[in-house]
Amino acid sequence: MSRTFVGMPPFPTAARSSTKDGQLRANLTHATHTIRDKRAKAVAELDDWAELREAGKRIKDHTLRHLDHYLEQLEASVTAAGGQVHWAADAAEANRIVTELVRATGETEVVKVKSMATQEIELNEALAKAGISAYETDLAELIVQLGDDLPSHILVPAIHKNRSEIRDIFQDAMGRWGRPAPEGLTDRPAELAEAARLHLREKFLRAKVGISGANFMIAETGTLVVLESEGNGRMCLTLPETLISVVGIEKVLPRWQDLEVFLQLLPRSSTAERMNPYTSTWTGTSDGDGPQRFHLVLVDNGRTDTLADTVGRQALRCIRCSACLNVCPVYERAGGHAYGSAYPGPIGAILTPQLRGVESELDASLPYASSLCGACYEVCPVAIDIPEVLVHLRERVAEGGGHRDGHRVEGAVMRATTWLFDHPAALGAVERAAGAMRGLVPRRLPEKLPLPGPAKAWNDSRDLPELPEESFRDWWKKREQRGSGE
Amino acid sequence: MRVALFLTCVNDAVHPRTGRAVVALLERLGVEVDFPAGQTCCGQPQFNTGYRRATEPLVRRMDEVFRDYEYVVSPSGSCAAMVRDNYPRIGAKAMAEGRGSALADAAGRLVPRVLELTEFLVDVLGVEDVGAYYPHSVTYHPSCHGLRMLRLGDRPLRLLRRVKGIDLRELPGAEECCGFGGTFSVKNPDVSAAMGADKARNALSTGAEALCGADNSCLLHIGGTLRRADAPMRTVHLAEILASTEQEVYA
Repeated sequence: MSRTFVGMPPFPTAARSSTKDGQLRANLTHATHTIRDKRAKAVAELDDWAELREAGKRIKDHTLRHLDHYLEQLEASVTAAGGQVHWAADAAEANRIVTELVRATGETEVVKVKSMATQEIELNEALAKAGISAYETDLAELIVQLGDDLPSHILVPAIHKNRSEIRDIFQDAMGRWGRPAPEGLTDRPAELAEAARLHLREKFLRAKVGISGANFMIAETGTLVVLESEGNGRMCLTLPETLISVVGIEKVLPRWQDLEVFLQLLPRSSTAERMNPYTSTWTGTSDGDGPQRFHLVLVDNGRTDTLADTVGRQALRCIRCSACLNVCPVYERAGGHAYGSAYPGPIGAILTPQLRGVESELDASLPYASSLCGACYEVCPVAIDIPEVLVHLRERVAEGGGHRDGHRVEGAVMRATTWLFDHPAALGAVERAAGAMRGLVPRRLPEKLPLPGPAKAWNDSRDLPELPEESFRDWWKKREQRGSGE
Repeated sequence: MRVALFLTCVNDAVHPRTGRAVVALLERLGVEVDFPAGQTCCGQPQFNTGYRRATEPLVRRMDEVFRDYEYVVSPSGSCAAMVRDNYPRIGAKAMAEGRGSALADAAGRLVPRVLELTEFLVDVLGVEDVGAYYPHSVTYHPSCHGLRMLRLGDRPLRLLRRVKGIDLRELPGAEECCGFGGTFSVKNPDVSAAMGADKARNALSTGAEALCGADNSCLLHIGGTLRRADAPMRTVHLAEILASTEQEVYA
C-alpha cells in the first residue's frame, strides 16, 4: 500500500465529493444500516447490557488512572513468559523498532493480522521503504491493499466497495502480489472468498514473520488477545517463527477476569454477534508450539498527552468496535476517507485530533464533523460521551486557532452575539429592524449573489424562513399593555 | 400555577407563533404564564461552536431572569438540553479554572426547574389530552436533543395521539438527525444538506400534510429543504397543534 492519509484536505472539503458519489453513499447506507439493525437486536438480547456497559467503562477508567502500574506489570509478565517488550514514544520510533526486528530475522516478507495500531503509525509504508513487503490477510484489508486504497471503516475497511468493485480489484491486482485470481471470477461472495483464500494460503505457509495488533493485553498474565471472524488472524499468530505485536498502551486490562465483560461488549457492538468466531490468546513463547520469538511493541504516539486531558481522555476507553460509525449520520454521508485518518467516524473525530493535535487544517476540522446528535454516545459500549469531547475539542480549536483567520472572525461574531444577547433592549431593536425589512428579504437568494461563506452554504440547498412582522417579545409587550388576554 | 416561558431566541425572532401557541395552550390548561423580558438566548450556538467563555454572561442572565419561578417551560428540547446538560459543565469548568462557584451555583438553580414543554405537560400537569383539535395528517420528527439528551421518550407522541381529528403517520428513520446541528449546517454544508434531503424525503414518503416537531431549529432546516424543493408539505411546531381547537386554529 502506498497511499497515506497525510496531506488530506479538511473534512468539509473531503466530504463534498463523497456526498455527491451516489455509489459510495448507497454502499455505505446499505452496509451501516444492516450492521446497526443487527447490533440493536444482539444488544437487546442481554438484560444486563447497561450494567455491562458501566462495568466496561469503569474497568477502562480504572486502568487508565493507573496505567503506569499496569504497563509495568504487563512488561514483567510478558518478559517472564519469554517475550520481549519494546517501548515506542511515537510512530517513527515504533516503525523503526519493528523494521529492525524484521531485519534481524533476515526476512523481507511479513504477514499481518488486521490492526488499527499499525494503520495509525503507517507501518506498512515504513516497512516498504525498508524493502520489506507486508501482506494484509484480513479480507477487507486485503481488498484495500490490492486496490491501492485507504481503509474507510474500523471494522470493515472496504465498506465503501461493493462486490463487483471487489471482483475487479482481485482480477487486476492479485497477480502482482502473489497468486492471481482464478479465471472467469464472478462477483458471487463465495467465489470472491475462495479467491482470497487461495491467494492468502500461499502467504501464510511461506511467512516466517507475523505482525499483529491486539484487542486486549492482560497485565497479570502477559496475555494478548485478538478477536476476529475469519481465522486468518490465528494463522498469522501461530504459523510464523517470529511474532511481533504492535499495540497502543491503552489496550491493557488488569486481570484475566476483566475479559468477561469485554468479550460480551465487543462482538455484539461490532459485528452484532453473540460471540466472535475466533478468540485467540497468546502468552510469551512455548517450546515447539507457535512462534519461538515474541516481541511486544507498546506504542504511545499521543496517548499520554490524551490521558492528561480530563475530558478528552475518555476517548482512550475505546475498544474499536465501530458501533459509533455505523450509527453516525455524518459518517454515512461523508464516508470514512473524509476523516483523513485510520480512525474515521465519531470516535475518529475525537481521537485523531487528540493523538495528532489540532494544528493542521484537517485535524482542526474534525471536532466540527458532527451535528452533535448523540447517537454515537448512545451505542458506545464503554459510554464515551463523544459529543461532550467534540465540543471540548472545538474549544481547543477556537481558542488555539488565532493563526486561522476563519476562527478569528468567528470568535468576534460569537462575542458580538453574546453582547447582543446580554442586552435585551438592543436585541429587541434588531428584531424590529429585521421585521420592518422583511419584505426586502427574499426567501431564496439569487445564486450569483456574492454572499459571505455561511449564507452561501445555507442558500445552496435550503430556503430561508420568512421573518415575522412582529417578534414575540413585541407581541407580549402589547398584550401586557392591553391587559391580559387578546 | 404560575410558570415562566423560556421562549428561546430563534422562536422570539423567527417563530413568534409558537410562543403565542404555548401561551394559549398553557392558559387553557389553567396555568398562569409569565414572559420575563430580560430573557434572550441560552448560549447554545456559542457553546457548541467552541466559545464556552462567551456563554457565561448568558448563564448568569438566565439565572437572574428565571430565579423567581418554580418552573421554566420551553418549547425547544435543544435549548432545554443546553441548560440541563451543558450549564453544569460550564459551571464545573469555571470552578476547575479557579473562578469560583458562581456559575456552578447558577446552573444548579436552573437545572431542576427548566422543563421542555412536553415534560411539563405530561410530568407536572399530568395531562395527555390537552383538548386539542387538528383535522390534518401529520408525521412527527423527534429532535436529537429531546430524544437523547432530555430523554423525552414518547411524551410528544402521547400528546399528539390524544389530539382530536389528527391523522398521525409514522416517520421512517424518525430517530435520525435532520442535519441542522446549529453551526454544523454552515460549517459542513454538504453533509448537512444531504442529511436534510434524506429527512425531507422520508417525511414526504408518509404523504402527510405537515411535519411536526418540538424544536423549531430542526423545522427551520427541514422546512427550508422542503421549500427549496417546492414540496407539498409544511412544518409545524407541536405546540401549535396542541394549542389548536375547533374555535381557534394556531397551526
